[in-house]
Amino acid sequence: MSEFLQVVLSGLATGSIYALAAIGFTLVWQAAQTVNFAQGEFVMLPAFFVLIALHWLGWPLWAALAFGLVISVLVLGYLFKRLIVQPMLPSTGLPLIIATMALSILLKEGAKQFYGAEAQPYPPLFPQTTMSIGGAIVSMQDILNLVVSLAVVVALTLFLNRTRTGRCIQATAQNPQVAEILGVNTRRMVLYTFLINAALAALASMLISPVYLAKFSNGETLGIVAFIAAIVGGFNQIRGALVGGLLIGVLDNLTATYVTASYRAALPLVLLIIIILWRPQGLLGTSEGRQV
Amino acid sequence: MRAYLKPALLLVGLAALIVAPLGQGNYVIYLLSSWLIFSIAAMGLNLTLGYAGQISLAQASFMAIGAYSTAILTLAGWPWVVGMLLGVVLCLVVGLLLGFPALRVKGHFLAFVTLAFNSLVFLVSRNEEWLTGGIYGLSGMPRPSVLGFAMTKNLPFYYFTLFVFVVFCGLFYGIVRSPWGRAFKALRENPIRAESLGIDTRRLTLMAFAIGSACGGLAGALVTPLVQYIDPTSFALGHSLRILLMVVVGGAGYFFGPILGAAVVILMPEFLRFTEGYYLMIYAVLVIVLMIYCPSGLIGLGRKLRDLVRRKPVDRGDLKAGAQL
Repeated sequence: MSEFLQVVLSGLATGSIYALAAIGFTLVWQAAQTVNFAQGEFVMLPAFFVLIALHWLGWPLWAALAFGLVISVLVLGYLFKRLIVQPMLPSTGLPLIIATMALSILLKEGAKQFYGAEAQPYPPLFPQTTMSIGGAIVSMQDILNLVVSLAVVVALTLFLNRTRTGRCIQATAQNPQVAEILGVNTRRMVLYTFLINAALAALASMLISPVYLAKFSNGETLGIVAFIAAIVGGFNQIRGALVGGLLIGVLDNLTATYVTASYRAALPLVLLIIIILWRPQGLLGTSEGRQV
Repeated sequence: MRAYLKPALLLVGLAALIVAPLGQGNYVIYLLSSWLIFSIAAMGLNLTLGYAGQISLAQASFMAIGAYSTAILTLAGWPWVVGMLLGVVLCLVVGLLLGFPALRVKGHFLAFVTLAFNSLVFLVSRNEEWLTGGIYGLSGMPRPSVLGFAMTKNLPFYYFTLFVFVVFCGLFYGIVRSPWGRAFKALRENPIRAESLGIDTRRLTLMAFAIGSACGGLAGALVTPLVQYIDPTSFALGHSLRILLMVVVGGAGYFFGPILGAAVVILMPEFLRFTEGYYLMIYAVLVIVLMIYCPSGLIGLGRKLRDLVRRKPVDRGDLKAGAQL
């Protein structure tokens, strides 16, 4: 029993980080109709920005983290929107998807060429101690990861529902034309969405890299997990992506512990196909109408 | 274009393909063979992407299915044709099974399902050592022999590949020109209108995906005797992306687009060798630029340039609006 609790808790911790990436993916998909196939690389890259500040510039950890966040928002948010998405609007079909796939190759190869092909050790943000909850030994890092990501999700939900800007972003996602008529600066709202996505990806990167190490190829799995978490949860809801991420994290851990470790990566596919067959709008999604 | 120009150009192209490897070293012959093989895989994907408008990220894993079934059967002493047929049929069936759920819903769900499927195939080929040899892969597959001629040398094997390629192109052209193929095109041009004309778009998209996947199986069946060594990493996600880029760079939806694209993708590393590890990055940037300025690929770019030089009568503006209905 205590082992089960342990497995579930650490699954929730990883899952909450997946959820951050999935929420960013959902936001950009809904508000800007951009299916971002580079989302996994968006989570891979910020860790390298932090490492550059730490090792090449010799900055202290907190400054490096801030540097990573700022550069990520600038590069993965602003520049991504300005240089790749914007020139292609208003058509957001296949060409944009292919461009994001090419971007994922570019980011992956870039990290490999300019930083290194080996997995890089990454400084932990939280104390590496363990604590005991109901007999289960849980690492402090897992608990704090879970707390931080959930806090960010709550803050984001409050921002989107309770502030004027947040509601404008929602309006843009639901119906850009009407939002524009009602005086919402939709282009600005779309830009905000990209910036939020980049910040979420950077946060996910900083939380997950101490566990997985920073490696250029991390994006492949993270990307798949983020897409599938978004779809499983219902991609027109933030809480859908949250539930999807947590579910995948927990199921992944349970499969690895109790069923098979060599096929744990197959789980998202199985989950995805079950969801599509059984409930294509996702667990929490509604079949029509878009919401952020 | 005049009526006799097209067949004449085709004949010239075929003659060039026959002459090309003569007097060349083994490496050039190998490159040419792999160009033909990847053209087959890319043309299959073009059916999914260019004609049916769905993204598949699993073409490399269909190649893996074709390659492994051919390898396992030829190592067990069966002729190549049997392995190839098994691979193609397997890919067709898997394509149907995979596409059925994914194409039930609107949106780019097939892309996600195939993306996950690609990693599943990778896992199976890495973990099931009794069948696939695990990370060490399979090696020493014999090359096929036709009418008593063994294709052990590279040049005869190139001609064998060329023969398969030409037969495949004929069949593919038949599919594109058949009522089915016309329906595929209708689907691409205007799905709503196609549906209103009684075309079952969902079933057709599924068929396009399954047939396209089977082409991947055929390409895989040719890879096995060409390289005579296969392992899981030769069919990883990166290769699926590569095949997708071939289609897109050449021109999705054009018959010759993927062939051109495959040539670019396979030959470009040779030209960009001086850039060492950076060629994939240069390549990715080029693709992004191409997608921004000319999403219809190199063939589309060529047509644009041609239209600039040779002015065409401009369509009436309202005709375009009418075609959208």
